[in-house]
Amino acid sequence: MTKTELNQPSSKKRQPTRRDFLLLTASAVGTLGVGYFAWPFIDSMNPAADILAQSTVDVDLSLIPAGQAITVIWRGKPIFVRHRTPKEIKAAEQVPLSELIDPETDQERVKKGHDEWLIVIGICTHLGCIPTGNKPTQDRGKYGGWACPCHGSLYDTSGRVRRGPAPANLGIPPYVFLNPTHIRLGVNEVSHG
Amino acid sequence: MDKLTRVVRWIDYRLPFFSFIDHELREYPTPKNLNYWWNFGSLAGITLVVMIVSGIFLAMHYEPNTKSAFDSVEYIMRNVNYGWLMRYLHANGATMFFIVVYIHMFRGLYYGSYKAPRELLWMLGVIILLLMMATAFMGYVLPWGQMSYWGATVITNLFSVFPFGESIVQWLWGGFSVDNPTLNRFFALHYLFPFLIVGVIVLHLVALHQHGSNNPLGIERKEPRDSIPFHPYYTVKDLFGLGIFGFVWAYFVFFNPNFFGEPDNYIPANPLVTPPHIVPEWYFLPFYAILRSIPNKLFGVIAMFGAVFILFFIPWLDTSKVRSATFRPIYKWVFWGFVVDCFILGCVGAHSPDYIYTNLGGLSNQTLGQLTTFLYFLFFLLVLPILGIYEKIKSLPKSLSEPVLQHKSHDKLKSLFILFFLGNVSPVYGTDSLPLPRESWSFQGPFGTYDRTALQHGFQIYQQVCAACHGLKHVRFRDLAALGYNAEEIKAIAAEYKVDVIDDEGQTVQKPALAIDVLSGPYKNEQAARAANNGALPPDLSLITKARVGGPDYIYALLTGYETTPPKEVQIAEGMHYNPYFPGGQIAMTPPLSEGIVTYGDGSQPSLNQMAKDVVTFLAWAAEPELEERKKVGYNVLIYFIVFTILLYFLMKKIWTKVK
Repeated sequence: MTKTELNQPSSKKRQPTRRDFLLLTASAVGTLGVGYFAWPFIDSMNPAADILAQSTVDVDLSLIPAGQAITVIWRGKPIFVRHRTPKEIKAAEQVPLSELIDPETDQERVKKGHDEWLIVIGICTHLGCIPTGNKPTQDRGKYGGWACPCHGSLYDTSGRVRRGPAPANLGIPPYVFLNPTHIRLGVNEVSHG
Repeated sequence: MDKLTRVVRWIDYRLPFFSFIDHELREYPTPKNLNYWWNFGSLAGITLVVMIVSGIFLAMHYEPNTKSAFDSVEYIMRNVNYGWLMRYLHANGATMFFIVVYIHMFRGLYYGSYKAPRELLWMLGVIILLLMMATAFMGYVLPWGQMSYWGATVITNLFSVFPFGESIVQWLWGGFSVDNPTLNRFFALHYLFPFLIVGVIVLHLVALHQHGSNNPLGIERKEPRDSIPFHPYYTVKDLFGLGIFGFVWAYFVFFNPNFFGEPDNYIPANPLVTPPHIVPEWYFLPFYAILRSIPNKLFGVIAMFGAVFILFFIPWLDTSKVRSATFRPIYKWVFWGFVVDCFILGCVGAHSPDYIYTNLGGLSNQTLGQLTTFLYFLFFLLVLPILGIYEKIKSLPKSLSEPVLQHKSHDKLKSLFILFFLGNVSPVYGTDSLPLPRESWSFQGPFGTYDRTALQHGFQIYQQVCAACHGLKHVRFRDLAALGYNAEEIKAIAAEYKVDVIDDEGQTVQKPALAIDVLSGPYKNEQAARAANNGALPPDLSLITKARVGGPDYIYALLTGYETTPPKEVQIAEGMHYNPYFPGGQIAMTPPLSEGIVTYGDGSQPSLNQMAKDVVTFLAWAAEPELEERKKVGYNVLIYFIVFTILLYFLMKKIWTKVK
């Protein structure tokens, strides 16, 4: 007994049978099951609960004198927290946007009322090196911000790229001021509860 | 559509992939009379795929180092998304794999599937079994619990009986005892072997497709109408079987995940203490029983290996020309006797050698083991060869299409009998300790959830009483959200604890703990803990309800079971306390609970039993924080498999209507 003997050759215009219905439903349920089964495995590669729980970091700003900066680690990345002097703020604010590679005003890069605090992700937007200039002994480049040792990109006192090859300004992490001397990295607003 | 066909043809002309699939999986002619016992081959294949997939994802999180292996498994259980599902799927999958493969083998034995021309097919199967055993054994070592460690020690020491045994064992260990190098290589090989199994399965299938499947009548197919194409007839039947199998597997994963496990394996490996009852996983029990039954080390090991290797020779030991036991009236009963013998061997392996079966007239486990071991080898070495020569066989049908007398009801009865037998074989030890009082727990049963009030009260008792000596190093403060605390409350709870932090000058300073910190114990290390506790080590409580036989009932009995005046015959040592539930009756822990030591938030002072109940509920949560989510997902999965199986059943009936 071969297959063709057992199964009527399907003519295109035949009525849908009970068998067709069952086959379709079973296939749909089966496909659903495979998808449902795959999800836990895919999701297991997402950040685990403890990694998510560590994704906020509180930083005490009171210990950083004006003109200096510290590096904190947030989600495995260096975050530059810089206490800017009035001179540095002024320099950043006075640059015409037309001179910038990635135009952004200084106001857009700090929190309102906290102009002296510049908080940026310390990773060059070119190919991921860590720019120098966060320590007083390091070269800050001619724009007074940071200088990337890999391919010579220069950043200003607002963390904006002023000389390539980097295409974009240093990124701004999500953070919020808990009070004038403390910030929390990783959230855009303080949640209660 | 037409374009697709052209692409398929283009590829197929160069690489005959599609015609191969078509030929081997779709039109592949299969005997039309295969019964449900033939489902287990495809089930084994599917199980292997699930094991490989879940194993690969587990390996992404597991750390093969003696210092972190145990903790990394707990990390998977508690922190990795669906980690508990992957681990329980994988751990129970090993059991499911062996159940399926053993049934697959017994089927081959009953229907004579190993006889010419299928001898190599059978032998390749035995190689797969050997590889599976090695893989399962090494996998069991990876969690680095007590059973892992001592299982590894005992099994590797088996090789010491061979010439140059000591060198072989040291070579296996990579040292002078089971240690980090051993764990590392076991992990590497545990990852490799499944792929070797895949390779041998390919050969197994090539050998199968050479002459096609055997069938319940055991006669060769003679005419075209004896065969039907594999697809859709057996694809749908295999999928129907998969539905039932998936249901059973899911039941264990979601509702009884530690049924086949040993509580001792939730105790981290300790090279200085062997657990009092050391047993292998259930699938090794018959072989373990054979090993122990023979009072000589060398011959015991030889017998055990022989019990597996003898399977290679079955095609020649069985001299009967007739394959199927259906036509061998004596062999049929001998076969079932052999099955029962294997089950009894399993029971023997599960009990200690000194165990006495009072209901069997005081028969000792050792004697029973020797008897069943003798019968095991008798079956292969004497019965199989002789029976084939002297047995009077029934007349064989001319073809698969010729209706034969079938004793369906008998077959069903026998299957039921076997299932009943299976149900009676419990891998758990028959323990001779005091029976535990049975408490009813809110988290028990398939619908159980943790009572939130009991959890909070229990946590309060933990903080005020237990935490003086015990830690909960796998629980973090943020996990307490499950008890009903909000972020601010958790922060306040954490701040009461201090953690050591190294400041910018390199000094160790104490800072309030954060929500991400663990509830570590009060002692810096084991030495400090022992020094403060009269030499005894207060165990970490994170897994305590999983790590003791009896679980929550045991902990409850222990907490409430102290007796101030021990029986006269018991001598209590200095600094010890009498507690009949503790192994040996003497425990270093002073009675921790007494009335009036805690006041709950509502001002009430709980009774001792109430306190014990609350703290055990809390500890059960600490050990199984995933329990509620697990059961919830479990219901969806079980309902899914019921729907899938019913659908496939009707589809199968519809597709099979025309097969006569």
